[in-house]
Amino acid sequence: MKETEDHATLAEAFNADEPRVNWHDETLWFIRQKRDKAAHTIPDWELLRETASQIKHNVLSNLHDYLLQFEANAKANGIIVHWAADAAEHNQIVHAILQKHGVDRIVKSKSMLTEECHLNEYLAEHGIEVIDSDLGERIVQLAKEPPSHIVLPCIHKKKEEIGDLFHEHLGTAPGVSDPQVLTEAARQHLRETFLTRRAALTGVNFAVAETGEFVICTNEGNADMGAHLADVHIACVGIEKIIPKREHLGVFLRLLARSATGQPITTYSSHFKKPREGHELHLVFVDNGRSTQLGREDFRNSLKCIRCGACMNTCPVYRRSGGHSYHAAVAGPIGAILAPNLDMKKNADLPFASTLCGSCSNVCPVKIDIHQQLYKWRQVIVQEGYADRKKTMGMKAMTQTFASPSTFKLAGKAGRWFMRNVPFVLNNKMNPWYKQREMPEPPKESFGEWYLRNRKKTDE
Amino acid sequence: MTVGLFIPCYVDQFYPNAAIATLELLEKLGVRVVYPPRQTCCGQPMANSGFEHLTKESNDLFIKNFKEFDYIVAPSGSCVLHMKEHLHSDRYPAEAKAIQGKVYELIEFLTDVLQVENLQARFPHKVGLHQSCHGQRGLKLASMTELVAPAFSKPEQLLRMVEGLELVELTRKDECCGFGGTFCVAEEAVSVKMGKDRVADHLQHEAAYITGADMSCLMHMEGILRRQKSNVKVLHIAEILNAQEL
Amino acid sequence: MSSRDSILATVARNQPAGLPLPVVPSFVLEEEDLVEKFTNVAVGIGSKVFRVKSLEEVKQVLLEEHGTSGRIISSFPQFSAIAETAIAPDVDPHSLADVHLAVLPAQLGVAENGALWVTDAQLPLRVLPFICQHLALVVPQQSIVPLMQQAYEVIGVQDYGFGTFIAGPSKTADIEQSLVLGAHGARTLSIFLYYQTQDKRLIF
Repeated sequence: MKETEDHATLAEAFNADEPRVNWHDETLWFIRQKRDKAAHTIPDWELLRETASQIKHNVLSNLHDYLLQFEANAKANGIIVHWAADAAEHNQIVHAILQKHGVDRIVKSKSMLTEECHLNEYLAEHGIEVIDSDLGERIVQLAKEPPSHIVLPCIHKKKEEIGDLFHEHLGTAPGVSDPQVLTEAARQHLRETFLTRRAALTGVNFAVAETGEFVICTNEGNADMGAHLADVHIACVGIEKIIPKREHLGVFLRLLARSATGQPITTYSSHFKKPREGHELHLVFVDNGRSTQLGREDFRNSLKCIRCGACMNTCPVYRRSGGHSYHAAVAGPIGAILAPNLDMKKNADLPFASTLCGSCSNVCPVKIDIHQQLYKWRQVIVQEGYADRKKTMGMKAMTQTFASPSTFKLAGKAGRWFMRNVPFVLNNKMNPWYKQREMPEPPKESFGEWYLRNRKKTDE
Repeated sequence: MTVGLFIPCYVDQFYPNAAIATLELLEKLGVRVVYPPRQTCCGQPMANSGFEHLTKESNDLFIKNFKEFDYIVAPSGSCVLHMKEHLHSDRYPAEAKAIQGKVYELIEFLTDVLQVENLQARFPHKVGLHQSCHGQRGLKLASMTELVAPAFSKPEQLLRMVEGLELVELTRKDECCGFGGTFCVAEEAVSVKMGKDRVADHLQHEAAYITGADMSCLMHMEGILRRQKSNVKVLHIAEILNAQEL
Repeated sequence: MSSRDSILATVARNQPAGLPLPVVPSFVLEEEDLVEKFTNVAVGIGSKVFRVKSLEEVKQVLLEEHGTSGRIISSFPQFSAIAETAIAPDVDPHSLADVHLAVLPAQLGVAENGALWVTDAQLPLRVLPFICQHLALVVPQQSIVPLMQQAYEVIGVQDYGFGTFIAGPSKTADIEQSLVLGAHGARTLSIFLYYQTQDKRLIF
């Protein structure tokens, strides 16, 4: 398999087209502003976030019992509960259910978990066709790309490109790029899909331990269209998506859509408690590293995530590097703290794809300390030996200099020490700083030298 | 009250005027200031790159240099935040902890400790204020646009005491400039793009100067401005608060 | 060991020390006029809101908007002259693909977000409010609650197989953030706020 390029390389490629970067940035900033506006309609917004965060903290600290409670209640409701230790087992379980029913084509609504598990590819290899029914996901599926955003899967695509895809695959007229017309074409195409698929797969936003029900939020109604028409509904859920009580939905549903898109709530918040008479409802719990992350004290809070995408919309790096530069199912700041748990070597670059500005932590509806975790992952990644060797050498040299005041001061006239020892100040074309920025001009004397000349020397 | 002046390494080497202004400003306000000459770096560049374990010696050196003072003040939100969050020492654990409680970024030292209510400063220019993230979101020097909370800004509070100064409004009040320590070279493309966008916001609103409490962000934006051959200058906020222009 | 048991064992081993479940504070809505707030928000997210005094009025509005040529399904017996009002629960949901309009009661509305709560008790078939081209929901004005918190207080331990909050017509903004109404579910949502006076027959 081709070695994945790192975030910086992919981001540089994304930046080759500056007008497009501007467009991507503005589009996502617009959503961040909508989020701000929605949050400001609730005077208790910060208290709501804190409450949600505490509920999730309680979930993490009682996850074992809540999982058992959910399972017992769900079974009593007639839901068939499965457990998958990892992505492979998840895919096998889904495949086995489909085989049992002799199904070779399914319709699927948005599930980042199935992206994480690469379910579509797995099922395709086993002769099962999957059609993604969320409009954005259908678009990237037609383009043979992964989603670039967990809430807005094709936010990187321009309408003209979507028009071309639809012309090729759905038979729309050439050159048509009006979102209204394209959406209508997708509606017709996917309606036919909903009406003809006997199995529907969905994700899960919240699983309620107290009642054994689960909730799926969509704007399009695609999860409901799929699930209520199919004979078999398979819902895939990460084990961390549990909440204790039904009433807690009254906290999370207030936060989710406002954080995600600035809407007061998604169009549909559907509560699935029992299967339709005579039909099957399966729920697959997936671990895939989550129980390991639960054991990492510094990183377990990442499991509070409700997948709203607010951290991506606000992230100045994400907005200017695009979701694909993160080469992981979940992009952006939250992806950068989840991915190293799944594969530290492959994702060693992601925690460094941030300026640690902290905006992500501020918008997070469950108050995950995302930027702090990015910092901590950097330490872990270096300690585990996944840092670039050149960088390690440079850092060691820098450390020695900083540890010794005489080396630092005697390094010569103002600026010279820096020129020699700090990676970003070499004034040549090989230097990434100088490529698009001028160097600071070294002054006549350093502050230290000035101080010696101008203030009493008694301090020494 | 004796204040230990902590001047970040790159400020010492490249921006002595920011350091001189900090010193003069504090002295003008009646504070006894001492600059321990054996200081080097707070260790943040290493730590933010994942090498916090290599900062033991610079931490110990920092503690030795500064443990005696009533307060430690630095014209950099980023370095101060690093100290507050990550300074530790196996050799001097108590001193490390004490320092975390008495290290201040210049702005917050002026507004919170000295409780400055007026300044003898004049700077008759249009100025854009860059909210450096570590100062703003880390040290809470100003309210943040993400939060639903009352608005305030300590740097603005001080800039409004400067005669003749006109503060310009920005479209994005507190977006990161993209410096980010080693991020500025490791992620050169995004870093520069962020910097260009930040600079453009100030230019659009006709700022003649861009100021802020972190020289590192300003150095990055200055590099971009100069490459664009712009006449707009960057100045550390201490230089403006200490300015006596006619 | 089964995956179930090994996952549960790892979770038990790795979960942090127990933290209490917080008491959810009593949140309040700033606006006092719930009907006005509900209406403003609902219209803002693309719903049409009508205040009516009788089901006859509902019928008039819907006939004006939709005529009688399309297939109409309603769970209100009062609509029997223009709609199918007795859909058996074992009907194949696919047979509803050509429904033009569905007229259903909702249990409650939420002022802060314009959402309406319906469950199996209101739905002849689960797919109905999604598969119909147009949806009309009728809710007593007195059943508007301020926030989701109060909505769940009313829902309480209600037993249902399926329940959903519906807030506006089906929509998407996946193409360049341009809002388009009518993604896969109903293209329009008409909400009838029923002002109950003497006529108690509408208590669902």
